[in-house]
Amino acid sequence: MPLLDIRNLSVDFATASGQFRAVDGVDVSVDTGEILAIVGESGSGKSVSMLAMMGLLPWTATVTADVMSFNGQDLRGLSPRQRRDIVGKDMAMIFQEPMSSLNPCFTAGFQIKEALRLHLGLDKKERHDRAVELFEMVGIPAPEDRLKAFPHQLSGGMNQRVMIAMAIACNPKLLIADEPTTALDVTIQAQILDLLTGLQKDTGMALILITHDMGVVAETAERVQVQYAGQKVEEQPVADLFETPHHPYTAALLAALPERATSRHLPTIPGVVPGQFDRPKGCLFSPRCKYADDRCREQPPAPAGTELGVARCHYPLSAKAEAEA
Amino acid sequence: MLRYLLSRLLTFLPTFFGVTIISFSFIRLLPGDPIIVMAGERGVSAERYEELVQQFGFDQPLWRQYIDYLGGVIQGDLGQSFVTKKPVWDEFFALFPATLELSVCAMIFAVALGLPAGVIAAVNRGKLFDRTLMSTALVGYSMPIFWWALLLIIVFSGMLGLTPVSGRISLLYYFDNTTGFMLIDSLRSGQSGAFTSAVHHLVLPTIVLGTIPLAVIARQTRSAMLEVLSEDYIRTARAKGLAPFRVNGVHALRNALIPVVTVIGLSVGTLLAGAILTETIFSWPGIGKWMVDSIFRRDYPVVQGGLLLIAVMVMIVNLTVDLLYGFINPKIRKR
Repeated sequence: MPLLDIRNLSVDFATASGQFRAVDGVDVSVDTGEILAIVGESGSGKSVSMLAMMGLLPWTATVTADVMSFNGQDLRGLSPRQRRDIVGKDMAMIFQEPMSSLNPCFTAGFQIKEALRLHLGLDKKERHDRAVELFEMVGIPAPEDRLKAFPHQLSGGMNQRVMIAMAIACNPKLLIADEPTTALDVTIQAQILDLLTGLQKDTGMALILITHDMGVVAETAERVQVQYAGQKVEEQPVADLFETPHHPYTAALLAALPERATSRHLPTIPGVVPGQFDRPKGCLFSPRCKYADDRCREQPPAPAGTELGVARCHYPLSAKAEAEA
Repeated sequence: MLRYLLSRLLTFLPTFFGVTIISFSFIRLLPGDPIIVMAGERGVSAERYEELVQQFGFDQPLWRQYIDYLGGVIQGDLGQSFVTKKPVWDEFFALFPATLELSVCAMIFAVALGLPAGVIAAVNRGKLFDRTLMSTALVGYSMPIFWWALLLIIVFSGMLGLTPVSGRISLLYYFDNTTGFMLIDSLRSGQSGAFTSAVHHLVLPTIVLGTIPLAVIARQTRSAMLEVLSEDYIRTARAKGLAPFRVNGVHALRNALIPVVTVIGLSVGTLLAGAILTETIFSWPGIGKWMVDSIFRRDYPVVQGGLLLIAVMVMIVNLTVDLLYGFINPKIRKR
């Protein structure tokens, strides 16, 4: 049984103009010690599905799922108090914007020790020692001084390290990193990714990496799941996905990588992700897909078998040659 | 920090001179001659009138009078009351504790109720509590103070007999005003029932004076909280598994306090203005009532001095508020 098992997760938001389905029947499963990457464009429901699992969505959201279990515990129907015992302790999350994700009114030390007191019940001295230890683990120099620093006195990369230290403070079984490097300089990005994968190896926790950067996926993840417009369209081990993408969307994403470009102009995917009002009747990717025909435009495709990367496509691409055709 | 304080104190100077000019000229713009008012119905002879004009210096040109007045102010001499012949300074500090006591109680009342109410309304945005509170606050904010005071007196003093109508303490008790603060003096006097009586007398004036600041603070707290609640760091706090009370009451409120502290600071000015009405209605012997009486008597030195001292108080409060910003949110300290 996987550490985290979510099946058929849907999230609807009540908006002024009616219901909006941000996540549509997504499955996520991840095992202890595994790194799963979730990729997709903005608005593909990557973050929302994880926030839904953590119980961090606003009250306008309605979350439904057939299965949502973590560490053998059913997350559906937990009282808010029961969920708070898990969130921040066994599952933790770090966010995209380190500068705005830390509270400007409190020191880094206050913010990290808060979780230690809440979940582990450590006394003052133990909290301090553990905080110093954590700062050393995430590579923050002079931890004693940094504990007293306010977020505005630290750089973006340093703040993200503080966020990571806070997230791993209680030895979580699962860490969700929501675009942890997007807001950082390229040189810092690599450091933070190395830090995350290093910590994952040392502690044996599961890591879910949400990103839209295929380069990040290739470097860090073991398994990838591709999301498009709130649906999971493909899932494969990293090497296989880069070798033989089965969904035309994945193929198009990979073709758009600068390293893979063959012509002078970088290939792009025309159009944008469908929004609330222009959702296609059939396959959600059909308006932007170069292989789409009438069947694609009329009937929503069912996921294919695991040998075809559970691709949500009527005509999954099966060989590399075909992907390039 | 010290440099910041000094630079802020320097900006006080123009305000200070502005207040002296305005208070000096406005009271003179009012029709009515202080000497005639002082003489009352008996009138005054022409010779005596001339004598008094010279004594008060009204024969000098206005700018000369102003320079003389300013010279005195700079040396700490606010002049003497025309009526009581006592120094303005002494009169002010004899009466100020009464106003301060009432204002502090009104402020505590307003903050103690307004802050939590605003937080609860923001957290339950759009729900029944929020709507009820915000419409009540609007009513409270728009209500004329004198009408509200009379209404409360009719209900609580007249119909229910729960509170006294006026004054600071029951006439049964007598003791020396060592501090001027009735709550402290009554406790120190050791007379049984004195403190309770002082509290009873404070209840209605406190509610009346605190109503407008209460409404303003509740509304400001709510809107500041709404803004803060959508910030990323609130999501981080919730992702730590913190209870809603701690997320809202510690992580969000601390950030929302900046605009709230600003309106609290500004309310102090409103409070002193409101004190004039409240003190008059409840016969509260404070500076509000003293100022009103002095305006009617055309007691120039008292009006000028009183206004100046009140302005200085407001300036000190605002400086304190500015210093509080940096304490609440250290990011502001960095300039």
